[in-house]
Amino acid sequence: MDHETESSAPVVSNRVMEIVVAGLFALFSIIVMMDSARVGAGWASDGPEAGYFPFYVGLIMLVSALAIMGTAIFRQTNADSGTFVEKHQLALVLQVLVPSSVFVALVSFLGIYVAAAIFIAFFMYWVGKYPVQKIVPVAVGVPVALFVAFEIWFLVPLPKGPVEAMLGF
Amino acid sequence: MEALGSLIQGFGVVADPMNIVYMFIGITLGVLIGVLPGLGGANGVAILLPLTFGMSPTSAIIMLSCIYWGALFGGAITSVLFNIPGEPWSVATTFDGHPMAQKGHAGEALTTAFTSSFFGAFFAVIVITFLAPVIAAFALQFGPAEFFAVQMLTFCSFVGMGSDSPFKVLCAMMLGFALAAVGIDTVTGELRMTFGSVELLRGFDFLIAVIGLFGIGEILLTMEEGLAFRGKSARISATVVWRTWKQLPKYWVTAMRGSIVGCWMGITPGGATPASFMSYGLAKRFSRNGSKFGTGEMEGVVAPETAAHAAGTSALLPMLTLGIPGSPTAAVLLGGLLIWGLQPGPLLFVEQADFVWGLIASMYLGNIAGLIVVLTTVPLFAAILRIPFSIIAPVIVVICAVGAYTVHNAFFDVVLMLVFGVLGYIFKKLSYPLAPLVLALVLGDMAEGSFRQAMLVSQGDLAIFWSNYLVGGIITLALFMLFWPVISTFIRRKSGTTGGTEAVAAK
Repeated sequence: MDHETESSAPVVSNRVMEIVVAGLFALFSIIVMMDSARVGAGWASDGPEAGYFPFYVGLIMLVSALAIMGTAIFRQTNADSGTFVEKHQLALVLQVLVPSSVFVALVSFLGIYVAAAIFIAFFMYWVGKYPVQKIVPVAVGVPVALFVAFEIWFLVPLPKGPVEAMLGF
Repeated sequence: MEALGSLIQGFGVVADPMNIVYMFIGITLGVLIGVLPGLGGANGVAILLPLTFGMSPTSAIIMLSCIYWGALFGGAITSVLFNIPGEPWSVATTFDGHPMAQKGHAGEALTTAFTSSFFGAFFAVIVITFLAPVIAAFALQFGPAEFFAVQMLTFCSFVGMGSDSPFKVLCAMMLGFALAAVGIDTVTGELRMTFGSVELLRGFDFLIAVIGLFGIGEILLTMEEGLAFRGKSARISATVVWRTWKQLPKYWVTAMRGSIVGCWMGITPGGATPASFMSYGLAKRFSRNGSKFGTGEMEGVVAPETAAHAAGTSALLPMLTLGIPGSPTAAVLLGGLLIWGLQPGPLLFVEQADFVWGLIASMYLGNIAGLIVVLTTVPLFAAILRIPFSIIAPVIVVICAVGAYTVHNAFFDVVLMLVFGVLGYIFKKLSYPLAPLVLALVLGDMAEGSFRQAMLVSQGDLAIFWSNYLVGGIITLALFMLFWPVISTFIRRKSGTTGGTEAVAAK
């Protein structure tokens, strides 16, 4: 895939991404501080309260996040102006991320083994464009190997679905 | 010399045939993990950790630490043959390792890399053998204030010694601390940041974070680069090994320097990656062939590999003696110890001497086993690398999901893993460091605990941290580290020249 050397359209710049991530950090730190204040961030008769430590953790995070945000907004350097992700890169990342998310969602319905088989088969078919005779051994072999290793050898139960129930496990 | 006696006893523990078998399994799995993209030392060990719950702690830690050694070795294979660092600490190995392979000296480059790794690791194990009991005995006198001081030094070192923006280090670290605080407060029993969710009651397990951040995050990054493995093939024959070994002794200065830099960076949590860069930079400056570095100099492989392995190995020293891991992988091993009911720290050397010395003895044997395994099986692992990424990627995602699930048998953790994966991808791209995040997540409760105990003792008076020379010294050093970015800028501005070592380290 490295033959795509022509510069693809940038989706988002590093600078914007810096500001957004720092903003999320700031938001998160405020949540941390608010909840710590709720449980008590001060000093009780028996020592520091439960929120004492997290409160200051949140405070340091807020200050750092604001500093990062400030640097990204006010300082114009070449490093910041680069692109965070280009269009074809984002497409490639989503090619993994979306099927992976679907796989995780499927685990709760079908169990991990069947979901894994579907996921591997789909990925090999969609991204790798392999013929069926190459897909089937991998898509079936990996879950079976996992099943033998976990359920039989190590006796660690993994999530199972209707198919395994049908087979009597 | 007491250490030697204990070490011999340790070899007795390891000599159990089953332990030797686990050692070889561990090394082989480790090399595999090191070679595959998306699986590294930290998350590889994290995924396999639940499988070892059934073993005795000694066997388990031997296998897990051998996975770690294997991963350290494995990183070099991809660097040399494919110019793709399998692990971050082998980036510096690509500079001269891959040019060597391009010139047709792949076998020599790999032999050099493995032998240097072995040398660095061996040096670090010797340091551990003799230094660990001393530090542990010393640390027996530590109170909560001292422990907090050491923990603070660890975290401040990340700010002072990291090459990333200090604010980003702080942000990542505080995120780790905040996530560690989620759940039931161990002191007061109060619920913190659970927002009424049952799933959050359990808190965030760092193993899930490690698997997501390093595993899924790495897969996303690799995918983005559009990987096409077009590498050199390698065959290591006995003659190549022998020829290389005859040349290596003349680089002993570089090897020693690399080992010392590595040990220093491993014990203070600088980590293997900066250690390898620093050692490479130093070697380039001091070597007579410095100008030829980057074109396939053997010395340029020796320098980063010795340092990376020395750092990776010596990271276990503070983990064992103080309960403070020097690297994310050491943190995962620490997590394992806690799960087996072993509290790392000075008392471990007193109460679990068999275990500790068994582990240290296994480091000696594990590295020898590792050298043998990698020298003999390189073609096999090089072949694995030729498996297209579109097959490897889904398989690794599945393995990560299995690993995340088995930690607590919780489906929610698998979802969390994906979230951490996206986080890891974004953080990597914006150069937020992941190691402080993971370490804060592991040590968060411990650091908070010792801080609160110290505060209880002193009735909330911060002066307890300067109550004696020891704790005062450590805290002052920690603060110095914390403000080092400010101090160094100030010095630089005053003198008008850039500091020598910083420039090398930042490279």
